[in-house]
Amino acid sequence: MHTFTWIFRNLALGAVVSTFSAFAATPADLLAGYTAQAASAAQPARGQTFFTSKHGKDWSCASCHSTAPTVQGKHASTGKTIGPLAPAFNPERFTDAGKSEKWFRRNCNDVVGRECTAGEKADVLAWLMTLK
Amino acid sequence: MKNRPLALVEYAHEAMKNIAIFGVVIAAGWLSAASAYADSGGTRVPLLPKYAQECSACHVAYPAGFLPAASWQRVMAGLGKHYGTDASLDEASVREISGWLKANAGTYKRVSEEPPENRITKSAWFLRKHREGEVPANVWKRASVGSPANCAACHTNADKGNFNEHEVRIPK
Repeated sequence: MHTFTWIFRNLALGAVVSTFSAFAATPADLLAGYTAQAASAAQPARGQTFFTSKHGKDWSCASCHSTAPTVQGKHASTGKTIGPLAPAFNPERFTDAGKSEKWFRRNCNDVVGRECTAGEKADVLAWLMTLK
Repeated sequence: MKNRPLALVEYAHEAMKNIAIFGVVIAAGWLSAASAYADSGGTRVPLLPKYAQECSACHVAYPAGFLPAASWQRVMAGLGKHYGTDASLDEASVREISGWLKANAGTYKRVSEEPPENRITKSAWFLRKHREGEVPANVWKRASVGSPANCAACHTNADKGNFNEHEVRIPK
């Protein structure tokens, strides 16, 4: 039974977090994938702190996405408008695992200087999903 | 039944008419391309969808004709460190976008110079068109502009590849 759950989780994760996912996902699917990968429950409050804090570099996530990502953000260097990040305010968000992974990879590198862990992604996404 | 010589004359007449129509179409296309060239410093090439999707996620889709091929090649080879941000892409996308940029890069005399840091905004033609007498220095510092790379702050149709100076509106 335990083995079965483990296999199932990893299969689900593979489907959701696969770089070239051809299937439309929901934010809940992506959160489930990241949570399973992190093997611990996501904490929205921790996600908010992570999102709004700097991590030893010039920018935080909020520098471009705004501290309340229910509204439009503005790219910190080019000034280009960025659509809201919270899924309730922008239905496109977190519906494509490959796209979410691409942006996490690049933006975590800009903000944290490394890729984010599955736990960090789960926390941030869980927080964004609380914004209604 | 028509006799053969007459049929041939009719055929030749029809062919000449078609050639004439073809010629008019070509000339019209050439003229409109030439006028776009005069306005924007490069022919207005329809954007590769992948280029629009990936590159204009962060900035205006700079026309391919604004940099020479060698500059684009260096930009595309260094996406991991792209003017202060990580803009890395999967290999297939890099290949597709690079091919399109190379095919449509600037070849017109003033664009053929490779600007410092592969920056459009450091090209001699860019600096000349935006010199002090044209754009006062304080304009660049306004929050609404922020950076010379923010074309759309003043070029109202930059997102459509239109940099016609009659459509420039400098914000407060």
